Parts: sequence; structure tokens; C-alpha cells
Amino acid sequence: MTTALAEKGLAPAPAAAPDADRRGKRGRGLDDGVPRRQIYLPLALYLLFTLIPFYWMLLFALRPAGSTSLVPWPMTGEHFAKVWNERSFGTFFQNSMIVGVSSLVMTTVVALAGGYALARFDFRIKKGFMLALLASQFIPGALMLVPLFEIFKNLQMINSLGSVVIAETVFQLPLSMILISGFIRNVPVSLEEQAWVDGCGRFRAFCAVVLPLLRPGLIAVGSFAFVHSWNHFLFALMFLSSQDKQTIPVGLNTLIGADSVDLGALAAGGVIAAVPVVIVFAFIQKWLITGFSAGAVKG
Amino acid sequence: MADAVAKQPRVPRPRTGGSTRRLPYLLIAPAGLLMLGFIAYPMLSVLYYSLQNYNVTKPWRNGFAGLDNFTRIFTDDPQFWDTLAFSGRWVVTEVLLQLVLGLALALLVNQTFIGRGIARALVFSPWAVSGVLTTTIWMLLYNPSTGISRYLADAGIGSYGTSVLSDPDTVFWAAVLAELWRGVPFFAILILADLQSIPKDLYEAASVDGAGRARQFFHITLPHLKDAIILSTLLRGVWEFNNVDLLYTLTGGGPAGQTTTLPLYVANTGIDGHDFGYAAALTTVAFVILLFCSILYLRLSKFGGDNK
Repeated sequence: MTTALAEKGLAPAPAAAPDADRRGKRGRGLDDGVPRRQIYLPLALYLLFTLIPFYWMLLFALRPAGSTSLVPWPMTGEHFAKVWNERSFGTFFQNSMIVGVSSLVMTTVVALAGGYALARFDFRIKKGFMLALLASQFIPGALMLVPLFEIFKNLQMINSLGSVVIAETVFQLPLSMILISGFIRNVPVSLEEQAWVDGCGRFRAFCAVVLPLLRPGLIAVGSFAFVHSWNHFLFALMFLSSQDKQTIPVGLNTLIGADSVDLGALAAGGVIAAVPVVIVFAFIQKWLITGFSAGAVKG
Repeated sequence: MADAVAKQPRVPRPRTGGSTRRLPYLLIAPAGLLMLGFIAYPMLSVLYYSLQNYNVTKPWRNGFAGLDNFTRIFTDDPQFWDTLAFSGRWVVTEVLLQLVLGLALALLVNQTFIGRGIARALVFSPWAVSGVLTTTIWMLLYNPSTGISRYLADAGIGSYGTSVLSDPDTVFWAAVLAELWRGVPFFAILILADLQSIPKDLYEAASVDGAGRARQFFHITLPHLKDAIILSTLLRGVWEFNNVDLLYTLTGGGPAGQTTTLPLYVANTGIDGHDFGYAAALTTVAFVILLFCSILYLRLSKFGGDNK
């Protein structure tokens, strides 16, 4: 699969892609002669589909309980205060941050080491290892809950955030490693060899030459890992039993399942859950597209 | 870790050095050990338990069961077939709709127009939203007394008190719509990335030859996107099969088991029913089905075949 994808040819240099694209498109492209109406009308419709749900959540989070107004005015912070203090979303937020950042660091570091080996070396178990990486994509995490629970129980890690960090990292690793090895393959070996000739060891050459060029790829992989573990629900639900250890998705689920759902509190909790990933997303969305064209699709 | 290697001065090709032979193994060791311990070992224990009677609530029956669990799945468990059929329907519906909408969206935001950057950011944003958050948002929208339907009823469309999530006729499409909302950007992002690697001069040559936009799309764009489409539909299909967050929180598999996927059924059997032996057998069967379908899909779609 990897080679087949690599045959696609060289993608544009990652960082240059969007700008080059913008200028190139001025010529005869797919868009040649497309009336603006044919762009803006479907786009407006799709934007409505995307944004109304977000707006609805903000509306419920910001308007006073019992209001039926369609604009969040007068605005109130009561739902946020309630969710943050009474429903312990402050604690959940902190736990989710710990899990998210730890998985990000662990995934990136471990995947970087493994990805480098896959990209730059031929070794005996390489084929088998790649196959294992791909096959692991078919293993349903949800179905591994019980055996994983037993393992963490034996390690006495139940109800510790470490269990969730490990589980998230493990299931993020295979794809991250494949992605990173793709990015590394895009960096010409000759650059590294140049540094070796100049007297650098492999490790220093890697840090000085390869690492800076991997930035877009690492940003993409790191943000996947963060967003994924920030969002993930089942592991936290299963492995963390006491309330002071739970994460935001588990907290949201508690609000959803309450006997009489407090819609204002639920919406405010949703906004709190959304803010970090929206920030990460806004930061990476340009890298996301170029990152994928450089690494993911070509494998 | 690589210090030993770093000390070696002036090696034009360090990979032939004696100590560098071990380097790749050292580098993949952390990942390999983590995956052995937390994927391979649990997987093997699932295989082992699938051959056992293992039920916490009926310990006197625990012991070797041979293929009993598997026989029970295929001959005596209508719920297995129901949930498998629902999983199939769910995966096919979601992947098809997400692909078509994602492709359309990618083509749309690949055009040049004013406000493209912000438009891209906005339409892609649900990509980052979790299953539970999607449930949160769509629960607010679907709420019979304060959701969208109430305002639509005010405007004379539909009736008051419509509860799409508890009506067996509407719950499937209500869940499909919510999952589409966050699933389309995945395809749009991947396809847009691949669109940008199509050489522009192909289109120029085609339009010089008088090919219209439709012909350009079918003869240049689509063949170029083929591998990306196959790979993304496969990944997404597996993901939609396995991921239970949204359905678990939005419908809980209801009403009356209508939206229970196979993984949800397994989770119920193993966790709530404590029948771990049987759940393990179900897991094994699900894994084999998934792997078989994926290989079949790659073969049938001639992935990697060179027909550009």
C-alpha cells in the first residue's frame, strides 16, 4: 500500500502549497468560468448546516433558563458558573488537559522514533511490523475494553489518569507512526548525509536537519493525538471511577443521562468541551490540509 | 538512546556500522512494546476467552467451552444478526453520504473566491468535535419541547412535541444526520489535500482540447483521487463500525434495540451482562468480518492499480 501511494509522485513542498495553489488557480483551473452564484449558494447552505448546531448550543448556554428567545440576549453566565463549580467541570477540564497533553507528548515522541526507523532503515521485521501497524487499525477499541480493564487492574492503574493516557497513546500510535514515517521519507536522505560528512552523529543530524522540516507533520500528528484523547469517551468512562478523576466527555455524558436534563448546563458543558479543540483546530486547519497532502495520502 | 551512535565520528553511511544494526530495533522498541502489551496481549486474551465459558455471575459454569460460543453466535443468537445488519446499514449509509458530501464540499472550497480561508475553517470545524459533544449539540436541537421542531411548528411546519429520537421511524435518520454533521469534514479535508496535488496543466490541456467541466471532473479529477477515496472510505468505514460514542450517548442503542450496532451489543454483553466468554467470541467474529470485508474491498476496488 505504501509504495503504491508513494508512486503518486512528489507532492508540492508542504509549506508552499496553499500560496502556490492560490496563484496558480488564477489561470485555467477547475474553477474556470464557474459563476460565483454556483459557489456561494451551496456554500451558504452548507454553512447553515454546519453553524446552526453550534449556534444552538451557544444560545442555550448563554440565555437564561426558561427563555425561548432565539438570540442570547440578555446574556447570562449562570449556566457556566453552575457547570464549572457544581458539576465539577473545572476538575474535569483539568483532567482532560492532563490526559490530552500527556498523550500528545507520548504519541509524538514514540511515533517519531518508530517512524524514523521505518523511513530510514531496512531491518528484518520491518514488513511484519508495518503489517501489524495496519492490522491494528481494524481492532475495535470498544471491544478491547474488558481485557484492557483487567490489565490496568493488575497494574493497579484503575482510576488513575495514566491508564487512559496509555490506552489513548497505544491506539493513536500506529497511524501516527505511519504518518510520520511518510513525512520523514519526504526529507531527502542526502540532507542528513551532508550533516554526517560535516561530523554530526545520526542523532544530531536528525535534530538539526530533519526535525525542523518535520514541523508541519508533527503539528498535524500532535494535534490529532490531543484532539483524539481530549474527545475520547469509552476508556475514561471505563477506567476512571471516582468523580474527581473523570474527564469532560464523561461529565457531559452524566449531564445527558440525568433524569431531568438541565439543558442550559448541558449546553454550557458542551461549550467548555468545544473551546480547546476549536482553538487547536483554528491553529492547525491550514497545516492539516498541507500535512495530509505531504504525508497521509501518500502513506 | 542514540548517544552511542552519535559519538561515532564521520561515518558517511552510519547504517552499515556494527552498532547501528541494532538502532532500528531500539527505535521501534517503545512503540512495539506498548503495542504488544496493550493491543496484542488483550487481543490474545480475547481469543483465549472466546473458547471459554467465563461469566462472573455464573462462576460454576466457567471452564473450557470449545467452539460452543461460536456455535451459539451463528445458530442461536438473532441479536447478533440484527446488530450486524444494523452495523452494515449504518456504515454503508454514513460512508456513502459522507463521501459524496465531502467530495462536493472539497471541490467547492477548492475554487477561488473571496472569503475562502474563513469558509474552509468554518465548514471543516465539526471535524474536531467528539461523539459525546455531537450528542450534546443534537440533543439540544432534537429536544421535543425546546428544540428546532418547536420553532418549526411555530412557523407552521410539522407538529409540536415531535421526538425524533424516540420514534423508531425517524431515529435512524436523526442519528445519521448528527453523525454526518461531524463526519463530512474528514472526507472534505482529505480530498481537498489530494486535489491540490493534481497538476494544473492537466486542466489547461483538457480545456484547450475542448473538454467541459464535467468531462474534466470524470477524466482527470476522479481518477486522480481514486486511491485517496478508497483509503479514506476504508478507514472511515472501519471507524464508523467500531466507534460507539455517538450512538451510545445519543440513542443508547434504542428505542427497543433499533440502533444497536455490533460493538455496542458486545459491550452490553461483556460489561453489563458479565458474559465475558461470549463477548470475546463476538469480538473475534467482528474482527474477522471487518478484516475480511476490508481485504475484499481493497481487492475489488483495485487499490493502488495504475489506471490514471
